[in-house]
Amino acid sequence: MYRYDEYDQAIVDARVAEFKDQVSRRLRNEITEDQFKPLRLMNGLYLQLHAYMLRVAIPYGTLSGTQMRMLAHIARKYDRDYGHFTTRQNIQYNWIKLEQFADLLDDLSKVEMHAFQTSGNCIRNISSDQFAGAAADEIADPRPYAELLRQWSTLHPEFSFLPRKFKIAVIASDTDRAAIQLHDIGLQLRRDATGALGFRVYVGGGMGRTPVIGKVVRDFIPVGQYLSYCEAILRVYNRYGRRDNIYKARIKILVTELGIEEFARQVEAEWAGLAPLGLDAPPAEYERIIAQFGEPDYDRNAPDTLDLSDPDFALWVKQNVAAHKQPGYAIATISLKPRGGIPGDASSAQMDLIADLAERYAHDEIRVTHSQNLVLAHVRKADLYALWTALADADLATPNLDLVSDIIACPGMDYCTLANARSIPIAQKIAAKFEALDTQRDIGELKIKVSGCINGCGHHHAGHIGILGVDKKGEEAYQLLLGGSGAEDTSLAKILGPGFDENGIVDAVDKLIGFYRSARSAPDERFLDTYRRLGPAPFKEAVYG
Amino acid sequence: MPRVLTGNRLETGDVLWWNGSDWSPRLSDAVAIGDEGEALLARLIAAERINDPALIDVTGAPGAFIPTTTRERVRASGPSVRADLARGSLSVEAI
Ligand code: SF4
Repeated sequence: MYRYDEYDQAIVDARVAEFKDQVSRRLRNEITEDQFKPLRLMNGLYLQLHAYMLRVAIPYGTLSGTQMRMLAHIARKYDRDYGHFTTRQNIQYNWIKLEQFADLLDDLSKVEMHAFQTSGNCIRNISSDQFAGAAADEIADPRPYAELLRQWSTLHPEFSFLPRKFKIAVIASDTDRAAIQLHDIGLQLRRDATGALGFRVYVGGGMGRTPVIGKVVRDFIPVGQYLSYCEAILRVYNRYGRRDNIYKARIKILVTELGIEEFARQVEAEWAGLAPLGLDAPPAEYERIIAQFGEPDYDRNAPDTLDLSDPDFALWVKQNVAAHKQPGYAIATISLKPRGGIPGDASSAQMDLIADLAERYAHDEIRVTHSQNLVLAHVRKADLYALWTALADADLATPNLDLVSDIIACPGMDYCTLANARSIPIAQKIAAKFEALDTQRDIGELKIKVSGCINGCGHHHAGHIGILGVDKKGEEAYQLLLGGSGAEDTSLAKILGPGFDENGIVDAVDKLIGFYRSARSAPDERFLDTYRRLGPAPFKEAVYG
Repeated sequence: MPRVLTGNRLETGDVLWWNGSDWSPRLSDAVAIGDEGEALLARLIAAERINDPALIDVTGAPGAFIPTTTRERVRASGPSVRADLARGSLSVEAI
């Protein structure tokens, strides 16, 4: 894992000192809320329905045990004993007090963490593949490149006041676990015909009000030059992105309006001027960072077999454990979607336990997934049973990864001041309806994603089934969308028909699933594939007919 | 339709309602605000100690006001999915 050097720490310390001063001036009424609000937002502090909400950045979703333990401590000391892992691989706290904020920031900075660039019109926390460094199909670990992007974008003076927020995701395999085509920039590490490493660069993807699938702006940029190339993209966007209309200010609108060819031409022209300036990191810096993400100290003699005689354990392994590139090891996903739970929430005690287990069994690393689960990426197969037993005791071993109850839900109107409707109760009702694991397994892979408003934090446009909360004359209502995917087969979900109330949307999902089970061509044809094969008409008939 | 004044305390973010002379954490203490509402709001905004102050519509009688929007009912009840964190100003069922 990357460790801060003195420059990283100095940047965080300076920023923390600056913001602590701003907080104390606000508390003394020396600055107004209008003056203070943009400053607190730059530091991840929102005011939500019930209290302040703090969003802490988790770079590319990777945490050490020590960091996770600090997140637990913050939940316990400054919040109400829990945190919420988000679809951007961050964590949010819902009950923060401004008067305690200085101490909280000090605590965070002790473990090389902070909350800046989790809000505002800047380059946000960089996201990545939760299986990075462990996936059998990856070209190389993408996180050193994400880390360099983090360093480059941290407090970047030119890009601190962009037309709108800007999100970058980095992966290194053909399987996309980070939804890169739905980011402002998506980077896929690959090799060219000569074997050289570089990135395919997608640009202009995004969800929200105007969902767009990213387009390839360059098929291959050598790794040694991706930073200056990203700088060129940001420059073109910063110059020509629409600042006159917040709904048209994301880069996806600029790319759509210009067309990808013209946008690419402008980026190439900008880059031609930038590339010779030496903006890219020198090879030694790449090597320094890559070295910090070196392979864990694997047990080369670890047995590659598993005793699956305990049927509950076998079920969990089948659903939540993935293949690792190192023989004798496995990748374990910890579901944060237990029966009756709130998607993405974890208590302080659970966070502490996961920190302990990561240190004991997983080379001291934890990953946050954009599906609001956690991953221990390097677990010896021989340790899986002990790990599972400890997780099960803390309600963290629900074997439902990618099944109907593994629902993404944004905080919605239970917490969020922008919401039109509640998201979490919808997720809970759907999960309760399909509670039986046998039923869930029979239905198979099904990604349901719920957002409480058009901003789409719950990724409803990428849901096999997407649900969007809308306001219908002051009442909560829900639109139903079908056919989205955030994976390598990215597609955007489309509205199926008129919306529903809270109970109606759950019944509609029930009908959709019932129809799918009767219409799939084979038991292993996924819901999404049945939908793609048949089109929306029969699904519409099943729901509205 | 009666209106009450609500906001969040600067220091803590706590949800508050105006009880006629001060801020209260209980909706049941809220008083109906009449024509003086806008002037009161302007004075409180200028004081800079309460964030997002707003006059909201409610139904019912003093002591048992119910906000007309779901958003404000959730603010009064607390998150509907965490009974243990209920604010007590409104039952979750009333959302
Ligand atoms: S999608 Fe809307 S309701 Fe949900 S967290 Fe985002 S802004 Fe809030």
